[in-house]
Amino acid sequence: MPSSFSDETQLSNIERERRRYRRRQTQGSVLVSLASTLVFAGLVALVLSRSPGWERVRQTFFSSHYFGLSFLPVLRGIANNVKILAFATVGVAILGTLIAAIRTTRSAVLFPLRALAAVYTDFMRGVPIMVLLFIVGFGVPGLGLTKGRISEILLGTIVITMAYSAYVAEVLRAGIQSVHPSQRAAARSLGLSYNQTLRLVILPQAIRRVIPPLMNDFVSMQKDVGLVSVLGVVDAVRAAQIETAHSFNFTSYVVAALLFVALSWPFIWLTDAYARRRRQREESAGVV
Amino acid sequence: MLNAAQEVQKTGEVSAEPAPGFDRGSIPVLSLRNIHKAFGDNVVLRGIDLDVSLHEVVCLIGASGSGKSTLMRSINLLEQIDDGQIFLDGDDISDPRIDADKVRARIGVVFQHYNLFPHMSVLDNVTLASRKVLHIDRNTAEDKGRVMLRRIGIDDKADCFPDQLSGGQAQRVAIARALVTNPKLLLLDEITSALDPQLVGEVLDLVAELKREGTTIVMATHEMTFARHIADTVVYLESGRIAEAGPPQQVFETPVYEGTKRFLSRVLDWVS
Repeated sequence: MPSSFSDETQLSNIERERRRYRRRQTQGSVLVSLASTLVFAGLVALVLSRSPGWERVRQTFFSSHYFGLSFLPVLRGIANNVKILAFATVGVAILGTLIAAIRTTRSAVLFPLRALAAVYTDFMRGVPIMVLLFIVGFGVPGLGLTKGRISEILLGTIVITMAYSAYVAEVLRAGIQSVHPSQRAAARSLGLSYNQTLRLVILPQAIRRVIPPLMNDFVSMQKDVGLVSVLGVVDAVRAAQIETAHSFNFTSYVVAALLFVALSWPFIWLTDAYARRRRQREESAGVV
Repeated sequence: MLNAAQEVQKTGEVSAEPAPGFDRGSIPVLSLRNIHKAFGDNVVLRGIDLDVSLHEVVCLIGASGSGKSTLMRSINLLEQIDDGQIFLDGDDISDPRIDADKVRARIGVVFQHYNLFPHMSVLDNVTLASRKVLHIDRNTAEDKGRVMLRRIGIDDKADCFPDQLSGGQAQRVAIARALVTNPKLLLLDEITSALDPQLVGEVLDLVAELKREGTTIVMATHEMTFARHIADTVVYLESGRIAEAGPPQQVFETPVYEGTKRFLSRVLDWVS
């Protein structure tokens, strides 16, 4: 009697043959996908190298000389992106949760607040971030409320927070509403208050469910932080532009692109790993 | 009874077809040979052998975790078994070369939680497989679907959605959905376990009706009284093995195996 089925010597001939067949099928599929990938890569390389302007494009966008020259300035620029991103993430988390909480209330007293939150999310999601940057970035300093000038990094952080808290609030609201009402009933019947129920029972389940779309918004926010360059922040995009203005070579933009990808990659990987783990847990649950 | 399945297994050859000249009429609808299944280190099935003949109703009983559901899921190829063979009408359906979707179209399954599609009307639920798998045109499929719904007594609900049905109605629709493509075999996996007690009757009545019509059924159930009245064969599973099997009178009234006696006394005590 085999206690585990990984030891093939204990299995019947039929099962051994089946496993050989499945292994061959798997190997076949791997080979097919490998071959198709190689063919595709070869085709792309062929089209690029045969196009008449390839030599020009290669020198203008993929010059190793200018790659080395522009790397450090662009890296210094992306440090500003990271700074804005870090503060905006905290801001979005707080504001987004608050708006989502307000929008899921039922009480009649809170109607004005609820309406305000609804208008806010609709408006912020509707206005292009670039327009919002111009209005807030140049309008708020124009009011002359402060003595000195307001740092453009701060203004950029505020705009990104305003825009993305609206997106995140909607994702969180969907998550909150996806938690079954019986969970709320169970929590309230234990004597937990409305706020305690939301904080201790509903939100933890809601957030777990919406982590993949939240991560999506986060990665998208990372890229949109690059837009603050229109306010004069020397971020990675602006640093690349300055380098190009010096040399008439566009390699610095490729440097910026690579750095943006490098920045977002850990989070994309984290999202995928989380989704994979969740799927495995769900698949192995409740089969016996 | 020695059949094609056993012959094949003895010689160790894999064959999707029964031996030439073999009379299909006399072979079991379902034959399980030495089925093993583990989830990681957790061994759930430890060598199940079972034959189900045409028109036979087999009731699987046993405690939770004894392997009833896993066995049902294995027969429907929702789980890949680790050893052994499954024959449907003489075809080895555990062979990886076989088209699992075609096999599943020949087996009807009803789940504990109905699993009706909530975004479709009752009629669409019932006719989906006819239209998309058997490629029957919508009108013919819907005529067949309505006939089936009339048979189970809920043709007035054809245009309702599943959330407008009671549990008993939903489960009857699920049975209709499984039956409308004329499967060789009907698998019922604890179909009354999620129902309110007063709704169990209408579903079991339908199963009894299906038996009278000659449907071949394998059902996992906790309804001992029902199993006793309806089953041709009762199979008691314990930790992944068939501990005892036979006609209901024998298994329920004169069980030989100690485990069966213990199980039955616990279950029946709890019921009364």
